[in-house]
Amino acid sequence: MTTKRIAAIAMALLALVAACGDDNAGGDPTAIDCAPGETDGNLNFYNWSEYMDPDLIAAFESQYGVDVIESYYESNEAMLSQIQAGVAYDLIVPSDYMVKIMIDEGLAIKLDKDALTNYGNLAEEFRTQPYDPNGDYSVAYQYGTTGLGVNLELVGDAFVPSWALVFDPDLTANFAGGVSLLNDPRETMGAALEYLGYSLNDTTLEHLEEAAQVIKDARPGIATFDSDQYDENLANGEVAVAHGYSGNMIVAIGETENPDNFTYVLPEEGATLWIDNMVIPTISTAPCTAHTFIDFLLDAENGAQLTNWNYYGSPNAASTPFLDQEVVDFYAATLEADTEVITDTGDYEINFTDLFAEAKS
Amino acid sequence: MSVVTGLRPKSPAERLLATNSWLVFAFFYAPIVVLVVFSFNANENVGIWTEPSLRWYREVFRDEAVMGALRNSLIVAAISTTVATILGTMAALALERFRFRGQRVYDGLLYLPIIIPEVTMAVMLLLFFAQGFQWLDGAIGWSPTFGIGTISLSHIAFNISFVTVVVRARLGQLDPRLEEAAADLYATRWQAFRGITLPLILPGVAGGALLALTLSLDDVVITNFVAGPGSTTLPVYVFGLVRRGVTPLINAVSVIMLAASMVLVAVSFGFQRGSRGRVPESMAEDG
Repeated sequence: MTTKRIAAIAMALLALVAACGDDNAGGDPTAIDCAPGETDGNLNFYNWSEYMDPDLIAAFESQYGVDVIESYYESNEAMLSQIQAGVAYDLIVPSDYMVKIMIDEGLAIKLDKDALTNYGNLAEEFRTQPYDPNGDYSVAYQYGTTGLGVNLELVGDAFVPSWALVFDPDLTANFAGGVSLLNDPRETMGAALEYLGYSLNDTTLEHLEEAAQVIKDARPGIATFDSDQYDENLANGEVAVAHGYSGNMIVAIGETENPDNFTYVLPEEGATLWIDNMVIPTISTAPCTAHTFIDFLLDAENGAQLTNWNYYGSPNAASTPFLDQEVVDFYAATLEADTEVITDTGDYEINFTDLFAEAKS
Repeated sequence: MSVVTGLRPKSPAERLLATNSWLVFAFFYAPIVVLVVFSFNANENVGIWTEPSLRWYREVFRDEAVMGALRNSLIVAAISTTVATILGTMAALALERFRFRGQRVYDGLLYLPIIIPEVTMAVMLLLFFAQGFQWLDGAIGWSPTFGIGTISLSHIAFNISFVTVVVRARLGQLDPRLEEAAADLYATRWQAFRGITLPLILPGVAGGALLALTLSLDDVVITNFVAGPGSTTLPVYVFGLVRRGVTPLINAVSVIMLAASMVLVAVSFGFQRGSRGRVPESMAEDG
């Protein structure tokens, strides 16, 4: 909650920064021309914590004879502020909505696809997304989903993968321990919107009010609104169904004594998909090394090594044969499922927040 | 004291107070005990106990990213604590012992970093550095980059205020007549400072330094904004880990940092006791 607020304030202040610092716009960002495998300096790689296998970095360094200097950020907004201030990073990993912001503000380089010889390995579904309609500026890095972790002992094998598992009070009344929902306005209001058959990015006030009513009506069966401990509560058997992120679910379920007692499903009405993407900022001083690095990760085996290390979903279709079976099984349903990326609704965000706060109190 | 209360039967109010203090202690320390216990847990989940193990401590020392972040944090903390303690003590002395033009304004402005929201200060510093570097580049062709240097400068900037507050509190309790007496006995300003003032305010200076060190090791928001390539600090890194779900790795890191701060506090206590024992003696000799 506090980080969200800090992020919001930071965004407002950043509008100021952007207004002040417009004079340092570089040359034509479309003029980048790199040869495959070309390097033009060391790579300043700015990424989330624990998201990159150090062995892959070492392999890249020895293969191309350049150094990779890794730095880490904890929010998209913190990363954006650094890029806007002109700190020279060569490769960054923004989430979906942030890619759009960076494109709109002219902070991202238009990629030279000729330098990306392995681009064909990228699954069709991930080449174009609403935040980057032609895939000109970003290459998907890893992805994840928001769905439901289910304790099969408490729920039984014969259930329908639907948001009813958390929102239908007649159903949840039968679950020992009840269910947990994410304490996140966009995720949980989005789930209720999907349950009602709307898009999770719907901003119509009546629809949002209906969604809030769904959450209100479901409250008897809801044990907790929680974004931090839900995976453990599920693994402990304290809740029967947990609404949460795939990345945490796969780890928590894998660590239990009997992982077969649990499953992770994407509700048939639709669920959230998030995608982190590799983007080269216009401020980069080594755009060709960055291209080479992207191409390196698009390689089938390297892409698989990355996913086997961080256990998120891989957008690299060619790497499937090299992936741990556990990850393949876990994310198999994602591509068939009806998923949607959360977009920035701007001025409407406050409606999600307010109605959610009212619904859960 | 304890003997006296031991003889007298305790009143209900006393019992209540005693219970309360134990409750407060429990409230403070129970989470720390849980943190420490679960750092020795073999399980991937923070809250599920399987068996005792040193797995996460091994991972901390094996994880190059964590060790790199720890190194950055320690460098920044060392630089910013040293500089902020010296400057903060000087500022406190100036405000308490001298009168000068603009003193009240200076006094008020000094507390600004404590009052203004951290994120505002972060964006201000970021803007300042970005514009300053551009200007330097244009003026003398030198373009510094963001990194350990900018983080250290930022930490110095907010730490000066905190050190000043702590040192001033100590200076305020100090009888100015002690310094006047030293001057009467032909001590120069510097001798009076070295022989009388500094030893007496040392606990305050040490306290301020400790506070500065803690704040520097803690800071996420400002550091995040003014960092540069390769300068991620430990708290920023740990904050980022939360996105992946909290693992006992964070417990292990926290326990190590906790142990380090306890050693520091113990050292500073020892230091204060030592100086307290020494000062009256030397004053007695002087007298």
